[in-house]
Amino acid sequence: MPVYGFTLNGNPVTVDAPEDLPLLWALRDKLGVTGPKYGCGINVCKACTSFLDGEDIRPCSVKVSAAEGREVTTIEGLADGDKLHPVQEAWLEYDVAQCGYCQPGQIMAAVALLKRTSSPTDEDIRAIENVCRCGTYFRIREAIMSAAEKMS
Amino acid sequence: MLEVALGRRRFMTYLLGVPALAVATRITFDAVAPDAAAAALPSAPSVEEMFDIGEALVVASAPTMPLVKLEIGEDGVARMGVPRIEMGQGITTALGMLIAEELDLRMDQVEVTCADARPELVLNQMTAGSSTIRAFYDPVRVLAATARARMLAAAAVEWGLPVGSLTTSGGSVTSDDGRTATFGELSRPAADPALQVGAVVPKAASDHKIVGTPVRRVDALDIVTGRKRFTMDLQVPGALPTMIRRAPTWNGTFRSLANRGAIEAMPGVLAVATIPSGVAVVAETFEQARAAVCAVDATFSAGPVPNESNDSIMQKLKKAALPFAAPALGAVTVEASYEWPSASHAFLETECAIADVRPGGAEIWSGFQAPIVAQQKIAVELGLPQKAVKAHVVPCGGGFGRRVFFDTAMEAALISKAVGKPIKLMWHRTDDMRHGRCRPANVQNFRATLVAGQVATLEQRVCGVSTDYRHGLGEILTATATALPEGAKQAVANDAFGQAVFLTFVASPYNFGVYDKRQTELSLGIPTSSYRSVPNQTARGSEEMFVDEIAERLGVDPVEFRRSTLKSERTRAVLDAVVDAGDWGRRMPTGFAQGIGVHVESRSHTAALIELDCRDPKNPLVTKAVMAVDVGKVINPLGLEAQMQGGLAEAISLTLKAGLHVVDGLPLEGSYSQYHFARQKDFPSDLEIIIMPSHDGPLGGAGEVGSSAPTGAIANAYARATGVRPRTFPINHPIDFDPFPPGQLPPPAFPEG
Repeated sequence: MPVYGFTLNGNPVTVDAPEDLPLLWALRDKLGVTGPKYGCGINVCKACTSFLDGEDIRPCSVKVSAAEGREVTTIEGLADGDKLHPVQEAWLEYDVAQCGYCQPGQIMAAVALLKRTSSPTDEDIRAIENVCRCGTYFRIREAIMSAAEKMS
Repeated sequence: MLEVALGRRRFMTYLLGVPALAVATRITFDAVAPDAAAAALPSAPSVEEMFDIGEALVVASAPTMPLVKLEIGEDGVARMGVPRIEMGQGITTALGMLIAEELDLRMDQVEVTCADARPELVLNQMTAGSSTIRAFYDPVRVLAATARARMLAAAAVEWGLPVGSLTTSGGSVTSDDGRTATFGELSRPAADPALQVGAVVPKAASDHKIVGTPVRRVDALDIVTGRKRFTMDLQVPGALPTMIRRAPTWNGTFRSLANRGAIEAMPGVLAVATIPSGVAVVAETFEQARAAVCAVDATFSAGPVPNESNDSIMQKLKKAALPFAAPALGAVTVEASYEWPSASHAFLETECAIADVRPGGAEIWSGFQAPIVAQQKIAVELGLPQKAVKAHVVPCGGGFGRRVFFDTAMEAALISKAVGKPIKLMWHRTDDMRHGRCRPANVQNFRATLVAGQVATLEQRVCGVSTDYRHGLGEILTATATALPEGAKQAVANDAFGQAVFLTFVASPYNFGVYDKRQTELSLGIPTSSYRSVPNQTARGSEEMFVDEIAERLGVDPVEFRRSTLKSERTRAVLDAVVDAGDWGRRMPTGFAQGIGVHVESRSHTAALIELDCRDPKNPLVTKAVMAVDVGKVINPLGLEAQMQGGLAEAISLTLKAGLHVVDGLPLEGSYSQYHFARQKDFPSDLEIIIMPSHDGPLGGAGEVGSSAPTGAIANAYARATGVRPRTFPINHPIDFDPFPPGQLPPPAFPEG
């Protein structure tokens, strides 16, 4: 099996995997990184949202081979050590989570949005497709708006 | 008798038997007495008003409540393993608040975890019926107050001071002359059985500093950093990814496998096992298991319903519905019927379990709502004594009622036994939506007779595909039957079990004269389970629509009509709250409308005012929601508000766009791109949740009461905006996708699109 090397949350890693193994399973089953969650496997629930070279991706639908030599950031790598990202802080402030399963993906999607625009519109937020089965959408919205304000 | 453990000592605190028993026998009668001032014809109290499902669970829990422990060790942390599961509903936070309150601790000095299956708790380990706080409010406060009393007594002895001169704060006892000792330091002397402790009385509500204030979730930091571990995140040594090839029809069972050798030779495949529900493939990664499962060439029995579809199921339900008793009398009769298809729980964390079965014992990890029954049945299936099976309760990624069952844990145990290795079994999303137990389809028939501008009779005839309750709730209702008030006992004992659940769950909040609700169920063999609020969201949501139809016939404003017919002042108060805050009756542009709904469940009262944008009736949008809730006693307003938001998400989804299309005995929907549960764009950005102040009324539930009022309100707004009364739900339910072939699990969507 081929070996792929990439930077995962700041640390170099290698993984022995078939070329077309979805990155999600390389992370979860081979590297023990479980922050990105499985919810659909076909890029529709968005629960696994993470970053590849700073761009948001759904690792369930990105091949591990595509990560070769690049930087993968999961929810575990979002904070700077013990210092949380402002979006994580906002998630705490607004007590967004209920069951919490979709929230790593929601947070990464929110961070990606705030990378694209520092002042997201209502439409920008409505365009986030990440499913939250508990119905935390209103608090997600509040947290994103608050984080945007603090970050600008 | 409750058990408090301090330091290394445990002891029984006999005086505490009294509050536990008091909990067991206290039956509430809120809203039973008809309101003399009401203009409407009073209706007799219903079974639910005398004894609701939550009370059944509270009563069933009480006898073994003394076996629930609070522990404080040398680190001074107060720990409790609560025999319930955290599914997102916030019980670990709320119970932690109760403990912190009584012990004057900070929240970070309290740890509430989900206890493993404890068979000695008998009926006291099922998470259902919005009953956790109702069952634990008194016992937990008494436990924590007892622990505090022992800390004070130990310090008093040590320092030779009267207890009255000591105070507790932040995990320490302090004397008025300035001496302090931590709970950790005191945990040994406090554990001395000879220690004299005076009467223990939990704090009065007026002294509460934490209870009733907004407290953020205790697991929030773990969630936002990705550290919270769900079942599939647990690193159980050697546990291997496993998936199952399932039948192309509901409840079809495995018959034969034609290509075992070819499957075993596939990349990453480590083992293949056959179990009644299909062919299990154990592999190095879940993707390799998925790919192998798709290559399986197997045959299955057709199952009980290979030819059923939504239409054929609904025809059977309509035929089997009980007739009305009152005659149809033309102008004075109002009739309507509302049809609801099967729905998927669709929790984000799919069905999953880890099992490690060895010759002498087994360990299972899963999101169990009813772990004792699971442990018993898995032990029987494995041929092991019950004690040899450890069932670990793992906080789950949503439950919504389906995790009262343990099909997946059972499958995982059978597979682990067959392959002789620990395994992690995960259902693919497609299987979770298609084969996961669904919320049963049902039809709600109503007939009302109007006399002199009032409702003289209202009959509701519900007919649904039978809900499976073989997870221990039957035992709970049977066991608690003796505690029922006579009227309720008769109704529950005389009717079939499904009717008993229906009657203890559903009540109408109105005075509508002769009130008669009946449910019949058809056992078709469809895999079903309770769904959040069980019969309520469809039964009461539909009734709220029917109430609007009656009001229209009477030519009365829907809010005025409700105000004049509601039984309880509490319901009227939540209605008034949303009417004021939401500016009921304000002028709306063409295509927009307001709708109203109220609901009472688990001793809690709610109302919802919805504004709907129906300019495109094929894509109605909730633009604004105002909800009010009265739970009697608010533990955590932040958590309560979250539960109302969750109820609203259920209502938006199930009323407007989320439902299953069954064709040839299998739902077509196989993922969130096909099953349209609400997303961010469907949820209103204008939302207000009004929490009514705590009062002396009974403690109500929070987890399920939030979905029925907005269900009615959304449909009522739709009718007002479009002039069309919706009769079939979800209101828009096209097959707007290409279904995955039955039995197949879709491949990854490379490249990400």
